[in-house]
Amino acid sequence: MIILRRSIGVLLGLMAALVLPGTPPAIAGEPGELGAEPPKVELVLDVSGSMRANDINGRSRISVAQQAFREVVDALPDETHLGIRVLGATYPGDDKEKGCQDTQQIVPVGPVDREQAKGAIAGLRPTGFTPVGLALRGAAQDLGTGGTTRRIVLITDGEDTCAPPDPCEVARELAAQGTHLVVDTLGLAPDEKVRKQLVCIAAATGGSYTAAQSVEQLTDRIKQLVDRAKDTYTRTPAIVAGGGECAKAPLLTPGVYTDRERFSEHRWYRIAVRPDQELRASVSVGLDRPLNRDYGVLLRATATDGRELVRGTDAGSGRTDVLSAGLRWSATDPEEQVDEETTDDEEPPPTPTVCLVVSNSFSASGPVDAQTPGMPVELTIDVVERSPAPNSPGLGKGWLLLGVLTVAGLITGLLAGWLTRWWVATWRENS
Amino acid sequence: MKPTTLRRAALPFLAVTAGLLLPAVPAAAAPTSPTPSPGAVTVTKAGTSFLTATGISAGQPVKVAASTGDYLYWSFPASAGETNSITITVTLPSAGARHGAATWTVDVFDGLRRRQACTAGAQTPSVGKDDPRVALGCTLRTVRPWAEPWSGDPLPGTYYVRLSTTELPEQDLGLPVQVEMLVSTVDDGGTALEDGKLKAPLVPAVEPGSVLTGAAAAPGATPSPGASGQPGLAAGEDEGWFDGWFDGWFDGFSSRWIWTSVGGILAAVAGVVGFALTRRPRRLTPR
Repeated sequence: MIILRRSIGVLLGLMAALVLPGTPPAIAGEPGELGAEPPKVELVLDVSGSMRANDINGRSRISVAQQAFREVVDALPDETHLGIRVLGATYPGDDKEKGCQDTQQIVPVGPVDREQAKGAIAGLRPTGFTPVGLALRGAAQDLGTGGTTRRIVLITDGEDTCAPPDPCEVARELAAQGTHLVVDTLGLAPDEKVRKQLVCIAAATGGSYTAAQSVEQLTDRIKQLVDRAKDTYTRTPAIVAGGGECAKAPLLTPGVYTDRERFSEHRWYRIAVRPDQELRASVSVGLDRPLNRDYGVLLRATATDGRELVRGTDAGSGRTDVLSAGLRWSATDPEEQVDEETTDDEEPPPTPTVCLVVSNSFSASGPVDAQTPGMPVELTIDVVERSPAPNSPGLGKGWLLLGVLTVAGLITGLLAGWLTRWWVATWRENS
Repeated sequence: MKPTTLRRAALPFLAVTAGLLLPAVPAAAAPTSPTPSPGAVTVTKAGTSFLTATGISAGQPVKVAASTGDYLYWSFPASAGETNSITITVTLPSAGARHGAATWTVDVFDGLRRRQACTAGAQTPSVGKDDPRVALGCTLRTVRPWAEPWSGDPLPGTYYVRLSTTELPEQDLGLPVQVEMLVSTVDDGGTALEDGKLKAPLVPAVEPGSVLTGAAAAPGATPSPGASGQPGLAAGEDEGWFDGWFDGWFDGFSSRWIWTSVGGILAAVAGVVGFALTRRPRRLTPR
């Protein structure tokens, strides 16, 4: 009896251990450590004549912008390097050629001296033209090149009066230059033309557009954008140029890459994947320009002989920022492959390469040669340990199994007991 | 052993067994609106791309100011057996500032940026010009512990949420909106999970890669471990002393071995109990 009770206790303990849920694995992807480079952001403020207009809750546009700037400078995180550039601030004349060169950096990009910066902002008077394109180029130069994301916050109330260069094309050109540059735009009491232009600039660089309607909203938005520069600057992908065919494609290691791809272009990449490894790849194509309504992106993995291994695809229509596809692939039977190759020579077998090709079905009205530079492509490659197919033949699992086994055992015991009784009874009678 | 005492012992045993078997019936989940976990810190940020997505965890409320037309990204981790659902409420600008109807969309992607299907919820609601707010929702499929590389099934790892406006009057771009989001998780313990395990969760690489050139690009070069911090298995590395012994029928230790063994023990014990129940009760022995 004691033995039975004890065994029940053991059984219960065992069951309890089974019932306890396993703790989920910690899998949150932690961002990389902060780089040595500080986050860099430049505010570009339009100080053209139209900023005098008193149409933001009865205050002039420039005074609203000045107040927002003061508050942003006060709340600036210490590690952020901030610069301020103005356009149309100094030349009051009518000569368009001169007025369209009018852009200066009033606070250099670096650790901010708050008092000096606020003094510089307070002295601004609405004056001249609106050379937005030139100011963007200047801001990109101010921020310099480096491994981290740069952010430009453009605040303006009027459309560019100095095109060419068209500011939207300037933005696209700057984004394609290699430095990871994002332009966020803020429109002060914008009309339709300004809005379209600012939306275009933002879309070309993966930035955002906001129509500012009050000083609080403007301040909060600039603060948010400056904070965003701090959050995001460490993860600039490596630049790569995909090949036109697999044999000439660059060999990539795990990590994140950017490239550019024109309409209907194919870009090839190669990745070494051992038979015991699994390839993971994803691609995002950015929609940085006006496009026809329907589009698609296709990511294929092929063997070096052109045989398709797996594909990832996505399609869509309408307004969006990026279109993405991804895939996983691992060799079907690694053991066999390895054995085959190692029997011949002592050398380890060469690592097989897998080709990746990114293609798209984007289109736009207008000439195709206007589509340079291509659309931004972001490629993520990872090579991890292969996850083999599960295999536990003949074994069961679950509460129902336990129930069925127990009931079957009970019935067998009862049957055996009755049979024994019957047999003992007949044996007694006969003896 | 006396049959009476045995029988007396058998009753609680049966009761216990029945109690253990009861959880086999999944408890019907009460349809409650999702609530943030107690003590969770509200997130006031959102990323603007996959790489800059703001990491949150299930049960953590998100409250962020944004502009119409923004693309807002968040990411959250999910493990096998979980069913995640996302609820978003967007407070729209006043009707006077808007020019027409708009369509909002919540898209969910897995760690490989593959679009995930929503099994329930208003994924792309349309709002009229005068609606003060719009509610979006998406219930994902239950995360599986393993799937073939060729399949698109949801797997453990990072999931991305993207909130955007797909259709709106062009004049309405850039207006201020307030976004509230909550990712809630139902860990459905009642459903038996399939076997298998993903060796490395679908956590995307975030570090810049490097292009191999020259000698390193020659065939046979060994790629470095995964950038997401999941080291690849070195070639020829021994997995354990039993590796290769039982190939084909023994696939390492799995919980199925415990379940089946316990089932066998229960059957044996139940058999003994059943046998004992059939003993004719003898006359009560005087104490």
